[in-house]
Amino acid sequence: MQSIEQTSRRNFLKIAAATGGGLFLGFNWSNAATLPIVVNPEALAAGAVNFNSFLSIGTDNIITIFSPNPEIGQGIKTAFPMIVAEELDADWTLVKTVQANLDTNKYERQVTGGSGAVPHSWERLRKAGATARYLLVESAAKRWNVPASEITTEKGKVFHKTSGKSLTYGELAEDASKIAVPKEIKLKQEKDFTLIGQSVRNVDNKNIITGKPLFGLDFYREGMLFALIQRPKAFGLKLKSVDSAAAKKMPGIVDVVTFENSVAVVGKSTWQVKKAREALKIEYEKEFDLESSADHNRIFKQLLENGEATVRRKNGNVEEAFKNAFKVVTAEYQCPFLPHSPLEPMNFFAHVREDGVELVGPTQTPDRARNEAAKITGFPPEKVTVEITRQGGGFGRRLSADYAIEATHVSKLVKAPVKVIWTREDDMTGGTYRPAVRYRFEAALDKSGQMIGYKLRGVGMNSGNPTREDNFPSGAVDNLLIDSVEHKSPITTGPWRAPITNFLAYAEQSFLDEVAEAAGKDPIQFRLELFEKAKKSPVGEIKYDIDRMVAVTKLAAEKSNWGKKKGVHQGFSVYFSHRSYVAQVGEVVVEKGKPVLKNVIAAVDCGIVINKSGSLQQVRGGVVDGVGHAMYGNMTFKDGAPDQNNFNGFRLIRMSEIPEVDVHFVNNGISPTGLGEPALPPAGAAAANAFYKATKKRLRNQPFTEEEAFKNIS
Amino acid sequence: MALLKLQINNRSYEADVEEDTPLLWVLRDNLGLVGTKFGCGIAQCGACTVHLDGEAVRSCVLPVSAVGKGKVTTIEGLSENGDHPVQKAWEEVDVAQCGYCQAGQIMTAAAFLKKNPKPTDAQIVETMSGNLCRCGTYHRIKEAVKSAASKTK
Ligand code: FES
Ligand code: FES
Repeated sequence: MQSIEQTSRRNFLKIAAATGGGLFLGFNWSNAATLPIVVNPEALAAGAVNFNSFLSIGTDNIITIFSPNPEIGQGIKTAFPMIVAEELDADWTLVKTVQANLDTNKYERQVTGGSGAVPHSWERLRKAGATARYLLVESAAKRWNVPASEITTEKGKVFHKTSGKSLTYGELAEDASKIAVPKEIKLKQEKDFTLIGQSVRNVDNKNIITGKPLFGLDFYREGMLFALIQRPKAFGLKLKSVDSAAAKKMPGIVDVVTFENSVAVVGKSTWQVKKAREALKIEYEKEFDLESSADHNRIFKQLLENGEATVRRKNGNVEEAFKNAFKVVTAEYQCPFLPHSPLEPMNFFAHVREDGVELVGPTQTPDRARNEAAKITGFPPEKVTVEITRQGGGFGRRLSADYAIEATHVSKLVKAPVKVIWTREDDMTGGTYRPAVRYRFEAALDKSGQMIGYKLRGVGMNSGNPTREDNFPSGAVDNLLIDSVEHKSPITTGPWRAPITNFLAYAEQSFLDEVAEAAGKDPIQFRLELFEKAKKSPVGEIKYDIDRMVAVTKLAAEKSNWGKKKGVHQGFSVYFSHRSYVAQVGEVVVEKGKPVLKNVIAAVDCGIVINKSGSLQQVRGGVVDGVGHAMYGNMTFKDGAPDQNNFNGFRLIRMSEIPEVDVHFVNNGISPTGLGEPALPPAGAAAANAFYKATKKRLRNQPFTEEEAFKNIS
Repeated sequence: MALLKLQINNRSYEADVEEDTPLLWVLRDNLGLVGTKFGCGIAQCGACTVHLDGEAVRSCVLPVSAVGKGKVTTIEGLSENGDHPVQKAWEEVDVAQCGYCQAGQIMTAAAFLKKNPKPTDAQIVETMSGNLCRCGTYHRIKEAVKSAASKTK
């Protein structure tokens, strides 16, 4: 059993051989339309067939599903097999998942998306399970000589009620592999689900709580060397000269090598290379401007005033609307840079051999790591293998392949298996941040408090378009203009959990609160009126589902007892992002003169909930993440270098600072959508709007703790 | 370099390391006990928490030479079969998201409950606030500590 839980393809094939047959179904992730086909286990073991994934039922009753998507904490390794097991009527205790490696010889490319894995695979996983069930039922019908329609299935067994006969799936697996796959397969109705929608525990729990090696940092190989890399201390610097004489003489040091702007110290242990790295003498020279946060503030203001803007969406006549306005509301919102801070820092193993490259580590994009390694070493990509480990968080950071690239360079230069490790300081100062951004909003109200005009300009950094122009309230305002300006910075930036919307939602939903107040309306009522307007007379294209927006809004209002709690200051926020709909009510209570965020009520529409336990945690964790970074997360720059380099300077939310999070899922039977990200974007505004109610102070910049308004009250 | 004898999980180990090497790296790099995690290296996150003579300590800032004859317990040695009440509670409550911080959380909770078997909610929050969980599993950590407390005699 233990070997099945290990995450390698080789192990899987061993299992395939060991079970000595059974039923093997191969299916492809790229095409939901086609049904799985029966695969011969010998051919499978010999690598002669080309599928992304397999479902096998061994003669020992063990059901194995082979899944290509990396597990970074989103729960995919548990949710995927649940979907298969549901249609198969499997016994959940006998289901195992195996994490696939990137294997360029046998499989198609494996790419991991954001919150997209479950929606993408929902149908094909169900078909795989249903097809296997069909084959088992057919084989039992044949064996018992009864009509298939009289056969039922439950918990890994087939039953014939009238004769009282039953067989396990394992007993039928061989026979089932000889039956032809049907052209079409019927899937269960949602009301008949017995596993989907239940709470199922993380399949890796046992290994996690006993400290088994699961993560990239835990990977060890005989003869492996450790490397720490000195990167330029500021963005905009490049390497001029290195004096490594002293470092090389230190105990345990094998070599010091240089590539691009990096100097790698390679040796026998992490601590030895860490100390030797401190002995390096490196000179840098300036390649680009060394930017500071003060520069960014100035640049933001300048670009908001007179930057060359790209129009993202335009409806009606905005100038007219503002000319005729009875009241105009204007506000600007800004957030700082953020590091991703996954608790497992970046690390990667590489072994550049004479005949190819072996890569092992935590990555959300194994194919990118492979292609980069191929470029560096000159091998064709087929000669590069990538084993994907469990990952101590990702939050988008592991979509970049920089640390796998480093490992490849170092292994190539020292001709040995090497693991590159980033310290926390490396992780926090080494780049790829959520970029700072500033938004300016303007709203025009008529006499009756109707929003007749809306303007949004975003100034982004390396982000292309820092707006999501089709988001609400687009579609609900007659005259609207959304545009953006870009600043190119040498500071490296990249996707951070819920890219763009992680702050845009905050700014939009806080601003709408300001507009509602100026219009003299309740914030929820104000939004409901806009939804109604969008429904009755939509302005331009609408890319969100208005009914689903309304449903989560009403559910959050109901569950929070909106506006009716004494001594509780409530703030509202609702957002559509990453395919799901989430409304939140933040509740602030004043304790000893201080406003404290006590509770967040979340109404979530992600379609059908697959794993109740995993989903509940995704929402709670998303809210904690959203509130935590809004309140405390702050990364500033001085002369191209971050001012914060570890968790003493950069503050992450702790247990004593979290609100209770009350989660309610909408049950509407719609196919499941993503949940890794959607709970985060609305969280900050629900909190800020509640703080406003308690203090009458708007928190327009993140983090709150740096805001004058917040300092004076807490 | 010095040859040091260490008592870990009721077994004797030897490690040939520099004396200032933090216990964390000796466990991970020299002894292959990788259940103890590295998160910050400066005693801020608690991922590296182990027990030294029953006390929860941050192994990332504890020089191995300071361990002396002290008895070290790591997550691998907390129980024979992963069935310490705290581990069981972690499984039942389904605490782990990515799972990376959880060994440190469990070691912190286990040492705490040993000293304080009937803690108040406030005491739990105060103690567990020393450990970071980037995935935000704090609600369940709290629930699991409470559940384990109710089950320990
Ligand atoms: S690694 Fe020791 S406290 Fe963070
Ligand atoms: S579970 Fe991921 S850091 Fe705690």
